[in-house]
Amino acid sequence: MAGSSSSIMDNLFQRTLDDLIKSMRLQLLNESTFISKSIEDIRREIKSTDPQTKSTALQKLTYLSAIHGVDMSWASFHVVEVMSSSLFSHKRIGYHAASISFHDSTPVLLLITNQLRKDLSSTNHFHASLALHCLSTIATLDLSRDLTPDLFNLLSSSRVFIRNKAIAVVLRVFDKYPDAVRVCFKRLVENLESSDPHVVTAVIGVFCELSSKDPRPYLQLAPEFHRILVNSKNNWILIKVLKIFARLAPLEPRLGKKIVEPICEHIRRSGAKSLVFECVRIVITSLSDHESAVKLAVSKIRELLVDQDPNLRYLGLHALSVAAPKHLWAVLENKDAVIKSLDDEDSNIKIESLRLLMAMVSESNVVEISRVLLNYALKSDPEFCNEILGSVLTTCGRNDYEIIVDFDWYVSLLGEMATIPHCQKDEEIENQLIDIGMRVKDARLQLVRVARDLLIDPALLGNVYLHRILCAAAWVAGEYVQLVRNPLELIDALVQPRTNLLPPSIRAVYINSVLKVLCFCLDCYLDQDEGTASSYCGNLAGGQSEMFLVKTHTEAPELVATTREGSNYEQDEGFNPRNTTIESSDDLSDENDTDRVGTLLSMKNFTHESVVSLLNRIELIFSSLTANQDVEVLERARNIFAFVQLVKAEIIDNSGQNVDKKYTQVSAVIKSIRDAFSMELGPVSISAQGRVAVPDGLVLNENLDDLKAICGDIELPSSSSFYTGGPQFGTASDASLSNLLKNDESGPSNESTSLLEHRKRHGLYYLASDKSETVPNDYPPANDPKANSNINDEADALAKLTEQSLLLKKRTNQMKPRPVVVKLDDGDAAPIPDKRPEPINDSLSGAIKDVLGSEANLSVSRSNPLDKSSTKRKGKKKLGTNLPSEMKENLGDAEKPDPENPNPSSKSKERRRRGKEKIVEGEEPEQRGKKKSSHRHGRHKTHQRANSPLNVVSQAPVIPDFLL
Amino acid sequence: MIRAVLVMNTQGKPRLAKFYEFLPVEKQQEIIRNVFAVLCSRPEHVSNFVDAESFFGPDARLVYKHLATLYFVFIFDGSENELAMLDLIQVFVETLDKCFRNVCELDVVFNYSKMHTILDEIIFGGQVLETSSTEVMKAVEEISKLDAASSAINLVPKSVSSWRSR
Repeated sequence: MAGSSSSIMDNLFQRTLDDLIKSMRLQLLNESTFISKSIEDIRREIKSTDPQTKSTALQKLTYLSAIHGVDMSWASFHVVEVMSSSLFSHKRIGYHAASISFHDSTPVLLLITNQLRKDLSSTNHFHASLALHCLSTIATLDLSRDLTPDLFNLLSSSRVFIRNKAIAVVLRVFDKYPDAVRVCFKRLVENLESSDPHVVTAVIGVFCELSSKDPRPYLQLAPEFHRILVNSKNNWILIKVLKIFARLAPLEPRLGKKIVEPICEHIRRSGAKSLVFECVRIVITSLSDHESAVKLAVSKIRELLVDQDPNLRYLGLHALSVAAPKHLWAVLENKDAVIKSLDDEDSNIKIESLRLLMAMVSESNVVEISRVLLNYALKSDPEFCNEILGSVLTTCGRNDYEIIVDFDWYVSLLGEMATIPHCQKDEEIENQLIDIGMRVKDARLQLVRVARDLLIDPALLGNVYLHRILCAAAWVAGEYVQLVRNPLELIDALVQPRTNLLPPSIRAVYINSVLKVLCFCLDCYLDQDEGTASSYCGNLAGGQSEMFLVKTHTEAPELVATTREGSNYEQDEGFNPRNTTIESSDDLSDENDTDRVGTLLSMKNFTHESVVSLLNRIELIFSSLTANQDVEVLERARNIFAFVQLVKAEIIDNSGQNVDKKYTQVSAVIKSIRDAFSMELGPVSISAQGRVAVPDGLVLNENLDDLKAICGDIELPSSSSFYTGGPQFGTASDASLSNLLKNDESGPSNESTSLLEHRKRHGLYYLASDKSETVPNDYPPANDPKANSNINDEADALAKLTEQSLLLKKRTNQMKPRPVVVKLDDGDAAPIPDKRPEPINDSLSGAIKDVLGSEANLSVSRSNPLDKSSTKRKGKKKLGTNLPSEMKENLGDAEKPDPENPNPSSKSKERRRRGKEKIVEGEEPEQRGKKKSSHRHGRHKTHQRANSPLNVVSQAPVIPDFLL
Repeated sequence: MIRAVLVMNTQGKPRLAKFYEFLPVEKQQEIIRNVFAVLCSRPEHVSNFVDAESFFGPDARLVYKHLATLYFVFIFDGSENELAMLDLIQVFVETLDKCFRNVCELDVVFNYSKMHTILDEIIFGGQVLETSSTEVMKAVEEISKLDAASSAINLVPKSVSSWRSR
């Protein structure tokens, strides 16, 4: 008594959902406090014995959960209670709450099976509808299995309101419980012939979803779909049928011929843009062999492109980009509209048009299109700017710069991109700069120039997005230092004060480049003095060259690092490269001749004073760095510092003397370093690692996690072994500890053959050390990106350019031939194996194939389809397993009308399937075994394999029908 | 298949959120926030499509319509036609208009269950079942009648709540 009175009180003073919403709106501040107070009330109210109070509380909770993201999983039992109310209004609240809060692992799901069954079979179709709604979102394996018979009944319900919902639920049930297919599929297919468009909408919707996962089993239903395609007047249904055909047509070449005509008819006749667009889409995706249809579709696309409605313009562009791979002409025909769209205010449209523009790019117009796009990028908002830059980079870099002929141009373009204010494509530009350096020998000169321009501008150092690009530039300048016009200037750029803005890892690259450039300068200086005699280091260099040979053998074609060594290398197999002098530069390759001579001349200008001053300057700068916090910087700075001190001492000592053997020690050191740097870095195949044989006794899958803990606190030893020990080979040990250099970034060398020299190389990086005196203040002016000011004309300009270049596809030959781009024989990117996508739901499509295959049987024995099939089919197993190979050959025969069944009426279809069923039924016993097997998945797979070739066969008898 | 239907106002407050596959509430709220962030950054009179893959997984597309103070958002996959979805938003809004006579944001705010009833008649488990607003209205009216009839049995709360709401 007390309980009931309290519940009445509750009831009287309970806030309804409306009250809750109203007070929440008044509660201007602190919504969350209000919500948590309401939840407190709800927690109390929901325990009430009064169903009204309980359901109102649940309704409020559902609202808070759906709109305000309040957790309601704690109330799931109350949901079940409210669902089971006999009052519709309560039931509705309960079912709604269940559908938004239950999921596969909700424990109380087990409790609702009977309630659902009761409601599904309720005479009140709104009750049944509630249950169906709920099932459509929460059905689990158990629910699906237990309720399949009830659904089966509803599939032929006379009340359309229920029937189409039952049809739609089947989708989820099949997904969760594939065996339901055996029971329900037949009725589902029967509903395709319903005269009620609502029912057809529902069935077609289900087939559209089913076919999105694996379309093959539904090929047999193509005649039904075709009938709907031809006869239906409902655009919604037609769109869905088209979606299905878009998936079926690629599987069955004959299908295209049959559907292309009705589709074209829809394109011509229909006033519904959605239907027309869907037709256009299927033509360009799945029927691209039908030329006239494609032409019609493209003409429709053109109409879309010039429409006022931005939605249609967007979809038109989208359709074009779908068509682009197969029908580039369609894009070219519409290029004006595409280019105009680049200026659209809608970012969707801009991006689509950019994509199309990039699809148009070819060898002959890449220069012009990139030029204009870059100007667009300059005036665009940051996001679109980077979109443009990204597209240009990707397009130009594709397949090892396939479309680039003039690398000097492209390298300058990269430099220009780097200096665009919004540019954030640093990583991509960095990679391409280094990659081109390694792959394209002829581009190196320009690369070095671009790098120099970037490095020398102090303003650029302040932009974090440029740091990675500067890193690449520093590496390039150091690596190809022999092409640098003014090495001294380069050193100044690399040690300028603002480099302290760089992150340590990049600063380390800068320092390494300083070392390379410095060694180069010293080497030149010593060469000047020594003349030709330098045989003392012949052995050393010889050994080096051997390594060189090994390396080039595995990595790159034989490229040479320095001009002098290069020419030498060609002459006498790389042995004793120090034997010759600068004079041998006259057999340089012709294209860079003048530049190199310029370089060499400037090299000759190294005077004793300039070298000493250079050393002093470096010594000064690096002495301050030897206190740097970062270990990478510190280590390298110390090495250079020590190296400079060593060299300086000897150079100053020996000044004045003019003996043959002067600088002996320093020369040896420098030559060794130079030789080490002369190693050409080439691109490395990503499969290179795989080709390295695992040495005996090496366990690769050993867990190295502990290593980090062990090595974590060991500081890298400063590598001083070089100048104490002399030859560079001694440095291998500490070199191996420090592999973080930029050379790793640029060219990861995985080959075991090059491992030794790799170590040597890195060891040498850490050797030298020194200082210098002053930092030059007068940098050359920063290279501003020269913005093309007349942006307005650009759309026109681009239109013209593309027109010209696209029309004259084969332009007059380029002034110079495309330089060699180093490619590895097996390609850098491992070719992705051309795998066909695995069917996602093996079990479902397997089940459907079975049902379709044995449909005739099912119709005979609908009451107990499984038993019948099993008894009848056991004997045929062998036949079934032997069939696939034969049947494929027999496919041609299968196309002939079945002799059993010559009359082409629609009813004959079923009988014809029966005629062929011998073929299909072979796998049935296995199928049955699987039902009981707990290893459902594995079994299905084996079944699938056996089945898929068969499917080819089983569909064969259907298609002839279709053709008749 | 339609993955979600969202209605939110131009301040980003959700007014209706229906997800056709289970998502934890935190994830739902995150999606709502992300969608709003994209929508409010788009100018007027541009196309109604937004790439939804970033916040709704692969193959997700989004169509929205901005009406008065509300955004109507449908998120769906490749099995639906973009323009048809735009039409469907129209059907939904038309039905609301018929139901509430010149629908405004307040109607949407205060008629949580009715909104769901209407939506459920149009979209069933992510599939479009009804595209005629007249048919939807018929069903919704019947459901409302049934609802009223069943709750009329409980006279007290009925009278109290109607009294209170005045």
